[in-house]
Amino acid sequence: MRFETRTSPHLIPSHSVGGVMRQVLYALVPGTLAMTWFFGWGVLVNVMLAVLFAVGFEALMVALRRRPVGATLADSSAILAGWLFALAIPPLAPFWVLLTGTAFAIVVAKHLYGGLGYNPFNPAMVGYVVVLVSFPREISLWPAPEGLLHGSLTLLQTLQTSLTGRLPDGMEWDAITRASPLDLMRDGLVAGQTVGEVTRSPVFGSFSETGWEWTGNLFLLGGLWLLYRRVITWHIPAAMVLTLATTAGVFWVIDPDQFASPAFHVFSGAAIIGAFFIATDPVSAATTPLGRILYGAGIGLLTYVIRTWGGYPDAVAFAVLLMNMVAPTLDHYTRPRIFGHSRDRHG
Amino acid sequence: MHLHRFHGGLKLPDHKTESTVRPLLALDIPQVLFLPLSQHIGEPAEPLVGPGDTVLKGQRIGHANDYIAAHLHAPTSGRVREIAEYPVPHPSGLTAPCIVIEADGDDRWHDDRLRGWPDWHERDARSLRERIRDAGIVGLGGAAFPTAVKLNPRPGKAIHTLVVNGAECEPYISCDDTLMRERPKSVLAGVRIVAHLLGVERVLFAVEDNKPEALRALRDALSSHDRSRIQLVGIPSIYPTGGERQLIRVLTGREVPSAGLPADLGIVCHNPGTLKAVADAVLDGHPLISRIVTVTGPGVREPRNVEALIGTPFADLVAAAGGYAPEVNRLVMGGPMMGFAVGDDAVPVIKGTNCLLATRPQDTPEPGPLMPCIRCGECTRVCPANLLPQQLYWFAKSKNFDAIQDYGLFDCIECGCCARVCPSNIPLVQYYRFAKNEIWAREKERQKADLARERFEFRQLRQQREEQEKAERLARKKAAVAKQAPEGEKKAAIDAALERARAKKAAQTGENPADNGRPDT
Ligand code: SF4
Ligand code: SF4
Repeated sequence: MRFETRTSPHLIPSHSVGGVMRQVLYALVPGTLAMTWFFGWGVLVNVMLAVLFAVGFEALMVALRRRPVGATLADSSAILAGWLFALAIPPLAPFWVLLTGTAFAIVVAKHLYGGLGYNPFNPAMVGYVVVLVSFPREISLWPAPEGLLHGSLTLLQTLQTSLTGRLPDGMEWDAITRASPLDLMRDGLVAGQTVGEVTRSPVFGSFSETGWEWTGNLFLLGGLWLLYRRVITWHIPAAMVLTLATTAGVFWVIDPDQFASPAFHVFSGAAIIGAFFIATDPVSAATTPLGRILYGAGIGLLTYVIRTWGGYPDAVAFAVLLMNMVAPTLDHYTRPRIFGHSRDRHG
Repeated sequence: MHLHRFHGGLKLPDHKTESTVRPLLALDIPQVLFLPLSQHIGEPAEPLVGPGDTVLKGQRIGHANDYIAAHLHAPTSGRVREIAEYPVPHPSGLTAPCIVIEADGDDRWHDDRLRGWPDWHERDARSLRERIRDAGIVGLGGAAFPTAVKLNPRPGKAIHTLVVNGAECEPYISCDDTLMRERPKSVLAGVRIVAHLLGVERVLFAVEDNKPEALRALRDALSSHDRSRIQLVGIPSIYPTGGERQLIRVLTGREVPSAGLPADLGIVCHNPGTLKAVADAVLDGHPLISRIVTVTGPGVREPRNVEALIGTPFADLVAAAGGYAPEVNRLVMGGPMMGFAVGDDAVPVIKGTNCLLATRPQDTPEPGPLMPCIRCGECTRVCPANLLPQQLYWFAKSKNFDAIQDYGLFDCIECGCCARVCPSNIPLVQYYRFAKNEIWAREKERQKADLARERFEFRQLRQQREEQEKAERLARKKAAVAKQAPEGEKKAAIDAALERARAKKAAQTGENPADNGRPDT
């Protein structure tokens, strides 16, 4: 009797790229819902549009490169990139911001470098930084986090805003948007206020602005689930959060009036989602255990430095992109000791 | 006993019970046996019989000429039909020379069979080793390394510990489990013989803790005298704990040096099946002519363990396991992690055949399409050799053979953990095998080229020297002809000589022209 000959392992495969990506997508759900709750329908609208655009660009590029479109789309990596990008964008941003960002993310950052697995930079963050420097006004307009219950725009109104770039009649941007906590802190400090004075403002919860806090908590939940499911390892998130918190802690202890608390830094802006979902993007991160720790620590440190002394209030995207550049070097110099060898064999 | 851990490894579904619910079955003698001359690592055996010869059970039919080789014996009595190329169990799927025996069914022992040694205690290490070599024993755990060689440690390497590797960590395989359950006394007899032969201080008998019955059977079979020297150790079942290096790490916390052997740590490792074969050879004088094979997997109807003569076609084993399930599409020799699929069930059981695994499409579905490496690091996390498999993969793909060796290619034990977890379905181990083969081939090429270059250079040198000598001879001759011609180019020398000759003739006074030229050496 004849049989097929294939190579080992002769077992049901345990992992697939699509499977891994989809787990990350599931883990994004609670945080995304919390964001929608606090910042309105715009969050969901953004996610849908960005995913649609990202998948569209992906299909286009894959077709142009004459690869199997179906199989590539099934890996879900474009959906993930679009989704992560959407979460970084203010919920009422006009659609062309999403179009531009996803185009850069998928076409330039991903496929011009060779597609999934070959991109040295995190596509979502490339897209975000491009729109951040191209459309600074649109990118700074965050709705006040008051929750859907007393939200100001309906789903339809949101769609209309997104498609036209204009608010419905009778509404003013000033009335419905507010600076993010990092902006508030920055502007307050520049204006001569102390950290205490800024955080006494009624919009602050126990350590950051109310809506941001909760959003952060739920992304944290998703991140911990990813750790539990062994989709990501602890190295990058732990190193990034600890470094950010420790650096913030040192300055905060030195001068609590001028420097915000570690908790504020960790739970404001993109720190949590960055630590668990963005910095852990396997393709563009370091891969050795020690390399990952250094990589995460670098992002944490750079985030603090750019936030505190740099030109942009939220720095996670820049920190990630900067560390993307050194990831290969980190990998090279942090090779683990091979079994049966006495010392590390650094090249 | 305090146990240690090694990096990585996998928890795999063990699938052992399927084959252990049925008792061990001794297979009938097949009508025709196919005995590959090479069943072990090292040089193939040289046939001692020819077509038409009658052979008797236990008769040596293949002789090991090399140190690293093993003799081959007739598993039963019969007639040699031919010595010819037949398919053998090998990943390449190629054929190899086999002695084909038609069994006569009498199963008559050879008259000059080895005699049993109940007094083996009195025998010295050398004669015991010779006996093991005579019996054609190789490691039965799958690697098939000649056992006598492994029992002959290099001088200066005192062996203090014998490790019995009863881990059997691959899913589905249960032949060692079965052996330890059903013949614990024989296994322990082998342990005592080898411990005596090596003069070890202690024996660590390691069994994965998913085999409680084997552990119990061994414990019951241990005599009070054994208990002080042979320590039974239940170890956690993590694949690949049965790797020699991993097992030693688990038991002792020490790592076998990369380029070294367990003997460098004073340790030797043997498989229970091998030790049982040693006991049979020493106590009864039986050569290695049969072994226990697990026939299992969802592709056979009644998975079980069988004792089969070496040379029995796989098909006979499957028949003993109830035949194939309807959808069977793959037959693997070995376990699901390191075994290889054979194309045909006519290939025979060899000494290293521990398991036949038959699967259906739904048990080993087509892996999804090959995806690019996403650098997820899963492979790094599970690699027991603590390598960076994805880096090895990049280097293998780009044929950067220097870098891949620097990254520890030759420390890879090909356990397959990395390929098992890779979400991109990259056949990582294949890339490493490819790179290893390529490097070996290049090394051979290089050696050949070096040799050729040396030969060439030597020839050139010789020619040069001969040329020079010829020139010198010629020059001397000319000089002799012309009395004192200076050394130089042929023509110049001739010219000069002629010139001088003329000058001499002209001068007639006998002035020495060599005073103006270089002295002739
Ligand atoms: S497991 Fe596969 S995809 Fe992941 S890093 Fe290793 S080779 Fe790449
Ligand atoms: S096959 Fe080699 S590289 Fe892969 S996990 Fe095993 S030892 Fe590591």
